[in-house]
Amino acid sequence: MTHFINLTLNGLATGAAYAALALSLVIIYQATRLVNFAQPAFALLSVYAALAVTQLTGSYWIGFAAALATGLTVGAAAERLVVRPIARVSPLNGIIVTLGMLLVVQGVVGMVWGNEQHGFGYAFSYVGRFSPADAFAVGAVAAVAVLLFLLYRFTPFGLRMRAAAHHPEAARLSGVRVGLMLTAGWAIASAIGALAGMLAGPPFLSPNVFDTVFVFGITAAVIGGLDNPFGSILGGMLIGLGGSYVSGYLGSELATLSALVIVVVVLSVRPDGILARPTARKV
Amino acid sequence: MSTTTGQRADRPTGAVSTPPQPPGRRGRALPLPARNLLAAAAALALVTALLMVTGDLTALRLAAVGYTFLALAGLQLLVGGSGQVSLGHGAFMMIGAYSMALLVLHLPMLPLATNLLIVIAVSVIAGIAVGAATARLHGPYLAGATLILAVGLPGIAHRYHDLFGGSNGLNVRMAGAPPFLDGIVSTSQWQALVVWFTALLGLALLATVSAGRLGRRMRAIRDDETAAAMAGIPVGRTKVVAFVIASAAGGLAGGLQAYVLGTVTPSSFSLVLSLTLIAALVLGGIAGLWGALWAAFAVVYLEIWASELAETLNLGSDVQNNLPLVLFGVVLILVLRFWPLGVQGALQTLRARVRRS
Repeated sequence: MTHFINLTLNGLATGAAYAALALSLVIIYQATRLVNFAQPAFALLSVYAALAVTQLTGSYWIGFAAALATGLTVGAAAERLVVRPIARVSPLNGIIVTLGMLLVVQGVVGMVWGNEQHGFGYAFSYVGRFSPADAFAVGAVAAVAVLLFLLYRFTPFGLRMRAAAHHPEAARLSGVRVGLMLTAGWAIASAIGALAGMLAGPPFLSPNVFDTVFVFGITAAVIGGLDNPFGSILGGMLIGLGGSYVSGYLGSELATLSALVIVVVVLSVRPDGILARPTARKV
Repeated sequence: MSTTTGQRADRPTGAVSTPPQPPGRRGRALPLPARNLLAAAAALALVTALLMVTGDLTALRLAAVGYTFLALAGLQLLVGGSGQVSLGHGAFMMIGAYSMALLVLHLPMLPLATNLLIVIAVSVIAGIAVGAATARLHGPYLAGATLILAVGLPGIAHRYHDLFGGSNGLNVRMAGAPPFLDGIVSTSQWQALVVWFTALLGLALLATVSAGRLGRRMRAIRDDETAAAMAGIPVGRTKVVAFVIASAAGGLAGGLQAYVLGTVTPSSFSLVLSLTLIAALVLGGIAGLWGALWAAFAVVYLEIWASELAETLNLGSDVQNNLPLVLFGVVLILVLRFWPLGVQGALQTLRARVRRS
């Protein structure tokens, strides 16, 4: 029974990072109808920026702020300079160009910092069952979810963002600067992605450190429903718990396959994710 | 509704089927399968001539282009034809490659042709399983499910270490050129010929399918699923069939890869392979087989050029290791920025401009 509780707590903590990454994917999907494959690369760049700043200043929290700031900037720049002119042509081209950015950013990080591992600390102690670091991960993601909810639901800015995402034409006619809202969506999402990176990165950083995190993140987003930010939190926890139980009871090589099983089962029951609302089909 | 789909369906057909001659002039007399086979034979003659004048190293690279072309052609049919975006095509290559290696290891008496047929059968079964499981999914949901397939599958090779050899993979010895060709063609040249012969046969078949009723149905589904269903097209079945064909092409390509390299490891079928395949296809042009050909060259040669470039410039090892990745990404972004329809799209625009002037 203790084993089960340990696995559950462990799964919740890792699930928090997946949930954060899934959340960043969902925000971008809501804004631009694209799955941003470059998200792990942006997170990678942010975390390496945090590493550099932490080494320079000696403070984890300044590094943490640097990571979020890097995420904000990179996300906004990517949307404005690279994605927008290309995604206009077709959604597939939009997806592929994010793949291109993934390759470039990951490669550049490897060029600058090398392919070997760098040690990178946790915010808090990571010793023991549900350590302070785990608690911080779950707490941070919960806080981000609440803040996002408040932003979307109760502020004029959030209303404009939702309008731009759901009815770009109508929003533009009402005076919303749609392009700016899309850029803002990418910026916010990439900052959340950077947070996911800060949670999932330690103890060691290397250019490929987020590959599996990203796969679980996108899986979480898909099973939660790409249209629903809360679905991604639910999906992240589900994937985290599933992976933790399978690694604990069956073997860690099967963790990714367990995610595959979860995806197939969930999507065969609900093809648009757990929390998606059924949409009317236009004929 | 049906007229628009009909028009859209007709346009890629001309680009898909045969060499760059305007459809409807020479060669109209022959039925399409025969024309495709003729084109394949001509291409094989060209490849043979190319192999005869170049060395072993080029032969190996051309073989790589050959099986990558076949894999990409299957993916083109799936993504460009039926509109289902699969990010897990490398998984089918892995299934084909491991089937091939296991066949050679455990049933060494079987000839290569039988092995390749069994590889196709295994890939078809895998394609039916995956296609049936994902037939209800669309867009990013399908992409996510196939992505996790590509990531999860190598885990099986690690898990069942005794059968699949774990991370070291399987090493097999493949038969070389037949005895009567001794001294005329080297082993690599023979392998490249076998690869291209098989691949071109597969490609002729794919081109025929794509131009026929099945291809038309797929394109109708791609353009508007609901309209296609209302026009009486069995949507679910057609989607699964597209998946199965793509999976067979990918599996056969994987089998050929195992045949050429003589080794299969889980790490060579990583997520990067699957993502590279779909990215290269869009880079080459998603509308037809020509795009898949440029894509195959891009997959094989961009990496080689990047490593050679890094070597001649004498850059540090960190830069050298990452240059292929960055170069591929930059080329991808630039091509999509300036030629949204890929290399083939750019070539078609160029040709139209030349003809007009």
